[in-house]
Amino acid sequence: MTGKIRRRVAVVGAGMSMFVRRALETGRELSYYAAHQALESAGVRLADIGAVTMATAPDAFDGVHMKGEWLLDGAGGARKPYLRAYVGGGSGVFSIISGWTMVASGLFDLVLVVAEEKMSSCQPHPQGAFLTIFDHTIERPLGPNLLWIFSLEQQRYMQTYGIRNEDIALVSVKNKRNALDHPAAQVAANLTVADVLASDVVAWPVHRLMVSPISDGAAAIVLASETVARRLTDHPVWVQGVGWALDTSYWGNRDLSYPRYVEVAARMAYEMAGVTEPRKQIHLAEPYDPFAYKELHHLEGLQLADKGKAPEDLAAGRFDRTGELPVCPSGGLMGVGNPIAAAGLMKLCELFWQLRGEAGARQVAGNPERGVAQAWGDLMQIGTVAVLGVH
Amino acid sequence: MARGTPRVIDAPPRGLLRGRGLRDEEFRRKVSVTPWAPALEYGWDAGLAIGRFLDGLQDGRIFGVRCRQCGRIVTPPRAFCELDFKPMDEWVELSDTGTVNTFSICYVTWDMKPLKRPQIPAVIEIDGTSPRVGFLHLLGGVPGRTVEAIRAEISVGMPVRAVWKKPRDRTGAITDILHFAPSGRRR
Amino acid sequence: MSDRVAIVGVGTTPLRTLSPDQSYREMTFAAASRAYADAGVSHRDVDSFVSVCEDFHEGTSITDEYVPDQLGAVLRPVQTIAGDGLAGVATALMLIRSGIAAVVAVEAHAKTSNILRHDQVLEMGLDPVYERPLRLNPHYVAAMDMRRYLHDSGRSEAAVADVVVENRRRALHNPIAAYGAVLTPADVMASAPISDPLRELEVSPYADGAVVLVLAGEDAAAAAPRPVWIRGIGWISESSPLAMRDWGAAAYAALAADMAYRMADLSDPAREIAFAEVDDTYAYKQWQHIDAARLAPGGGASRVVVNPSGGSLGMGYCYDASALYRTAEAVRQIRGEAGRNQVPDATTGLVISWRGIPTQTGGALVLGDH
Repeated sequence: MTGKIRRRVAVVGAGMSMFVRRALETGRELSYYAAHQALESAGVRLADIGAVTMATAPDAFDGVHMKGEWLLDGAGGARKPYLRAYVGGGSGVFSIISGWTMVASGLFDLVLVVAEEKMSSCQPHPQGAFLTIFDHTIERPLGPNLLWIFSLEQQRYMQTYGIRNEDIALVSVKNKRNALDHPAAQVAANLTVADVLASDVVAWPVHRLMVSPISDGAAAIVLASETVARRLTDHPVWVQGVGWALDTSYWGNRDLSYPRYVEVAARMAYEMAGVTEPRKQIHLAEPYDPFAYKELHHLEGLQLADKGKAPEDLAAGRFDRTGELPVCPSGGLMGVGNPIAAAGLMKLCELFWQLRGEAGARQVAGNPERGVAQAWGDLMQIGTVAVLGVH
Repeated sequence: MARGTPRVIDAPPRGLLRGRGLRDEEFRRKVSVTPWAPALEYGWDAGLAIGRFLDGLQDGRIFGVRCRQCGRIVTPPRAFCELDFKPMDEWVELSDTGTVNTFSICYVTWDMKPLKRPQIPAVIEIDGTSPRVGFLHLLGGVPGRTVEAIRAEISVGMPVRAVWKKPRDRTGAITDILHFAPSGRRR
Repeated sequence: MSDRVAIVGVGTTPLRTLSPDQSYREMTFAAASRAYADAGVSHRDVDSFVSVCEDFHEGTSITDEYVPDQLGAVLRPVQTIAGDGLAGVATALMLIRSGIAAVVAVEAHAKTSNILRHDQVLEMGLDPVYERPLRLNPHYVAAMDMRRYLHDSGRSEAAVADVVVENRRRALHNPIAAYGAVLTPADVMASAPISDPLRELEVSPYADGAVVLVLAGEDAAAAAPRPVWIRGIGWISESSPLAMRDWGAAAYAALAADMAYRMADLSDPAREIAFAEVDDTYAYKQWQHIDAARLAPGGGASRVVVNPSGGSLGMGYCYDASALYRTAEAVRQIRGEAGRNQVPDATTGLVISWRGIPTQTGGALVLGDH
């Protein structure tokens, strides 16, 4: 790391499609909905865009090889420098890092960032696409499915710190309730902890209502260099810091109770952003919550809660939308839905609206000035972090 | 879940939100769907390190490898230390006992169909390897089907022993070990 | 803040038809070890890592999760570009120019021998609703493009056959090439038809291999023994549906080359470039890319020496690794390390890449000795 960043980059527009269980629309069409809305909100035309970066997770969902190519027309990528950065579930937040790199490098002044997922094409169940994430020789013959790795990690987290499922269930409750105020939400609901624990056990200790849904959807943002951003809007939202880290693929060789790769990524982003006291200087957080316990796990990695203590903070109301540090005011993946890559970018859209005071019914009080979004994926190994702020 | 009378939510994204969700019945009968069943086949080269490991399994032995620089002993073995970035070539034979780092009790198949008898995946740390060097396998030889019954028999940190396939049934695969069972118990 | 970025290290494994003794991890470790040694760095000196790969080439979903260990990149910033190899190089360049990294490694590998049904993989790249149901051998996409290109350019099938002969011959002098051979144009014309007018010997054969490049910004490159400077880079995708393409034109290559030439301040590429490594996945593509990159104005032969490495036809085709192998060869040319295939006065070189059927995506890279 050289320490000196060439130039500043801002988010100047955002858009998304509905998140639904199974969309009539193709992935290309969903991408178009989000990209078009982002361009409109930024006040720019596709012709003004210098480059496009696309985030979309396993090709196996769509059943199309090199699906970045297949989707590019919907993402505005035709006849442009277009690339697809793919880091599994981390892709949604990595997409802004990819776009940031393009603008910060000086090569492009305006970049369109699109994230799309259409999981419903994969039959009989999209989880089939995850059967092949495991090591082909020493893991796949055991017949693992995706739920195994989450439940193994959740169990280790609970065991290490004495956390109960009741504590974790609160994340489902909070996020699904927050999502009632999100127009694009797929699974918003008013639940209690008892409701969550009454849902059947899919892979102990994980209950069904602790798992985010299968979804189709897309999201998009427009990034601009400083000069262009100031011409376009009086309220650019600055990308103050970016960080990412990929841990070893030997996931059994890690302490599953703590996401150290999130900490490494967060420190990289905080250093760039000049954040030295995250708990004071971060005003809202959108950590990745594909399973209820992950929100807590990730908050600890983001240095926003002590190890093993995030559940206590949650129970004390600290992370409520009206609390000291609102977490997933959007409703997160648990409430809005989980079209994998699009879900991560949805969190960045949320920070964009929140930091401009445009979040309406979801608005976090107190004029928040800085927020952090984080995504995660691969074999539970990648942390991608972005810090956005008004200054 | 946000069904019933749609209420107007005063929050972004504002304006026309597009994306038309299909109900199951619509998907099955009313929209046009083109199916495709891929026939993708691969034959992966195991390579030096895993190749030797699998040969060992066929013999009923578990091999690991040690890095001369950081001193870690790991299994399944690798040809190079990913931390020091140098070749790892000191092979050691390990026992087939270990401890449970974490486990889960899974009641569904990958396509969410219920399982009568749950599967118990676990991360096993083989005795003699460095701390926190575990790998994925299954626990077995545990009576009971409910979470309570199984948790009465299995715990994090519990010692286990490999239960092997009969020698003539082994093929040099990770499944030559049928599962790991609580020590002192035989299937 | 300096704009200058150089390739300071190159590591390749020899391309082979089969590689049963090495897993992809071991192969990539070998390439990375060589690249880091060549650059005079340790894995800890690398700030950021970029891998270029595709799930269906590996037989693994989210294959990027398996990248870090064999690059010495555990817990470091690692990203994967599911795209053209030169898009990976572009990403590394942009990381360095942004200031977030000073030294970046770019990697790709291919175990083509481990893919048992190549035709199925290629078919999966076609649109499932409009294109796949035709159930044709996917090479037809290249064949139709070839026919249109020959029609528009006036180039002959014999000229295409000459490409095969020349590239396979050059490969005899390239120590990492897998398919060096002495062929005649008659051999090519007599080889089995794949999809008319495409013939078997005009399709580059598969190979296994791994390649790692190390890029560095100006300050870090000053310490490196043999930097080769990136003067310009471009990458473009055109509309993907077969029904919407400009058959025969390779506009992606023209646009990408223009982008790279502009950045490199090259006004007359045919004169200013000494050699070019252009994609020849299918033999006709070599001519198509020469024309698109304006290396043969007037439509005749080119003064630029094309594919001194032997190209994919001579070295072997390795999917996502192909563009990086050709870049490695270009770096060796400029360093004067190309042995019998050395082009005299090779001070400026060009790489033109293509992602393969059914894409309309490619890149361009201009390299120089200063």
